[in-house]
Amino acid sequence: MDQGEYNRIVKAIGKKQIFAQGDEAYAYGALLAGCRFFAGYPITPATETAELMSKLLPQIGGTFIQMEDEIASMGAIIGASVTGVKSMTVTSGPGFSLMQEHIGYACMTETPCVIVDVQRSGPSTGQPTEPSQGDIMQARWGSHGDYEIIALAPNSVQESLDLTIECFNLSEKYRNPVLLMTDGEVGHMREGITIPDFEGYKIFEREKPQKDPNEYIPFFPEQGKVPQIADFGCGYHTYITGLTHKPDGLPATDDAEIHTQLVTRICQKITDDTDNIIKVEDLFLEDAETVVISYGITSRAAINAVKILHEQGEKVGHLRLITIWPFPEKIVRKIGESAKKILVPEMNLGQLYHSVKEAVGYYAEVIKFSKIGGTLHSPQDIVEFLKEEKFNV
Amino acid sequence: MFNQADRIKEKLRSEMYPSIFCLGCGIGNVLNYTLRAIDECRLDFDKLVFLSGIGCSSRLPGYIDGEGLHTTHGRALTFATGVKLAKPELSVIIFTGDGDCAGIGGNHFIHAARRNVDMTVIEINNFNYGMTGGQSSPTTPVGGLTTTSPYGCLEQPFDLAELAKGAGASFVARWIPSYAYETIACIKKALLKKGFAFVEILVPCPTSYGKKNKIDDGKEGWDWLKEITILKSAFNKLSDKEKEQNKKMIIGELQNIERKEFSQSIDNI
Amino acid sequence: MRTEIRIAGFGGQGVILAGLLLGKAAISDGKYAVQTQSYGPESRGGAARSEVVISDQQIDYPKVVEADIVIALSQPAFDKYCQDVKENRNVIIDSDLVKALENKVLSVPFTKIADTLGKKVVANSVMLGYLQASTEVITVESMESTIRENVPEQTIQLNLEAFNQGIEFWKKGIRNGSG
Repeated sequence: MDQGEYNRIVKAIGKKQIFAQGDEAYAYGALLAGCRFFAGYPITPATETAELMSKLLPQIGGTFIQMEDEIASMGAIIGASVTGVKSMTVTSGPGFSLMQEHIGYACMTETPCVIVDVQRSGPSTGQPTEPSQGDIMQARWGSHGDYEIIALAPNSVQESLDLTIECFNLSEKYRNPVLLMTDGEVGHMREGITIPDFEGYKIFEREKPQKDPNEYIPFFPEQGKVPQIADFGCGYHTYITGLTHKPDGLPATDDAEIHTQLVTRICQKITDDTDNIIKVEDLFLEDAETVVISYGITSRAAINAVKILHEQGEKVGHLRLITIWPFPEKIVRKIGESAKKILVPEMNLGQLYHSVKEAVGYYAEVIKFSKIGGTLHSPQDIVEFLKEEKFNV
Repeated sequence: MFNQADRIKEKLRSEMYPSIFCLGCGIGNVLNYTLRAIDECRLDFDKLVFLSGIGCSSRLPGYIDGEGLHTTHGRALTFATGVKLAKPELSVIIFTGDGDCAGIGGNHFIHAARRNVDMTVIEINNFNYGMTGGQSSPTTPVGGLTTTSPYGCLEQPFDLAELAKGAGASFVARWIPSYAYETIACIKKALLKKGFAFVEILVPCPTSYGKKNKIDDGKEGWDWLKEITILKSAFNKLSDKEKEQNKKMIIGELQNIERKEFSQSIDNI
Repeated sequence: MRTEIRIAGFGGQGVILAGLLLGKAAISDGKYAVQTQSYGPESRGGAARSEVVISDQQIDYPKVVEADIVIALSQPAFDKYCQDVKENRNVIIDSDLVKALENKVLSVPFTKIADTLGKKVVANSVMLGYLQASTEVITVESMESTIRENVPEQTIQLNLEAFNQGIEFWKKGIRNGSG
């Protein structure tokens, strides 16, 4: 992106200091990251993002299209991506469920794209205007077969913008769909945000093949585990299929060895590099005997609760997961080794709680604190829960 | 390279042969005609994108040495929309089948036609879901025997040409492979048409539908197609009463209208 | 300093717009602010609620824990929200739409005042004026420029006038009932 394009984006946005909703921030972040194609379907509470993209994208030469459903939206953004255009869609629970097949397709075909899930209360139609964190496990396991996913969870409107940019960068770097797992609260709340300066953030572009078309093997990485696949229309004649394929892209469904190599590589390209992917934020962990592990909107209350208790002299710390998938296993296990008890508050009946429990094993006791129905945990809720017998804080 | 056949051969991925198609199936012919049409239109092969869904017909892009996007069942048109709108200088050609296009893909089909995005859809209709063993599809004729309609299909089939017309397609045509030159000429027109161009090509399915309905493989399958169809020119010559009673599928160019193409409209914003 | 404000009423009264304007004005004043809202599916009628937290430090928890100021523009809103308000709190009601024990609340005829200006729908701007004058949680300048930038152009004058009327009403010193 050059300065001229950046200036056009800022002009389209209007100003650099904005009192904005999360839903708007996803759009601003996407444009700044270089997204020039959006396909989506209206769904509460994510519709605002689509509406804003429909207004802004044409102003900077991008394309917006409202498709006939979420399945079509995913199809369209994958189609756009293979031509080299960064693309995104936004949805909520019911739409996210429909998108799963194509998310798997994007993983299998190593097509970069960004999906924002503004989680609402489910299951099914549920409470359309109430927030939740109910799609966390679906984010990891929603499609069929073996694959890896990268998912980030913002807890503020500014972070919504910043992490959307990060989602695009990760997607281009690892050639994988990346999810922004946000929620209806962050999506609709307004906070003051700053549009970063041109030099204030980085953009990562997918690697182009170094070889000529006749020597090019699309799904054979020239180095590392991420292949350099040519964009359509540059003379490389790449065949992309969701079937198990050889490195040359052509189907090979009756070879266990080829399937194993392919699927293992598309998983390992992410799992081998978690040190560069995973982001967390910690507070008062040094001598903490009780640790609260939270993510997304819940962390706003959790952090406040931990500060209150810390002021009272309690040995309570907090770990905020910014990356939720791949799960920050090593970091969480380390906490389990030094803390005695871990609390996992979530706006669901316990989802990431299971991953925490699995990582911690027998080192510490992991307890969940679930709240569903759309009401957030308040700092007082968490303080009182920690003061109860099981935590005895 | 003066011989068209040699030029076509160059466009095939030789490592993919022998193909998966059964003897007497018409899908290979469709590939042949399409590549000839592309050749005669002198299209820049580097700017073509071949898309498909899932099914026998959808295997075609795998045989072509071009940009190929083999997508999910029924959704190729959605990917094609993304490809075309993101990079309008590319031309998109979609191979699909009756089940892929009109069954699971029905909704995407009517919306793509409604939007009139510039694309060429070649739908190969073999009256059943062939690849999965011959289940009934939305185009199976009434009474047709399939693995999921063992007493004869009860449902009325779609006339996909009529559906495409109703949904707003700019160009609609139907042919059978025995009319080789007409089909090639038709595909040429479809490729050059700015807008949603839909070409349905009826083919036999000797292994599944044909076998079940006692249509032998080989020449009989192709004769059967001639029996169930009537040329548009012949249809027009029928009396009103005969037209009303006509049960044959009409083949020929069925619609060719001018409509604003979608990516042009987007550019105008 | 952390001030928690809750505005509640019916859908269509501009409750959410009021919260949004309040938040924007606070940002203009150089403060931190978070605004959240909830409403039912109906476009008109139904309950609507807007919460604004204003602070001079980064805000952790974005929702109202114990409101410092509650503005109730409907009876159901008053009945629901004016229970958990802090001791030194301000409860402000629309005197014609809400019945409450007068000596515990500030009762203002927002809708009536708006009506005299020609449009009942700017009652929320009157309310913002009264809020500014009575609590000084935002400055007059910030609120005026925020109104200018965020209402339809042809209604700017009317809204600014309504805002001003709200300030004037506070200055009159009438704390309850109609004036």
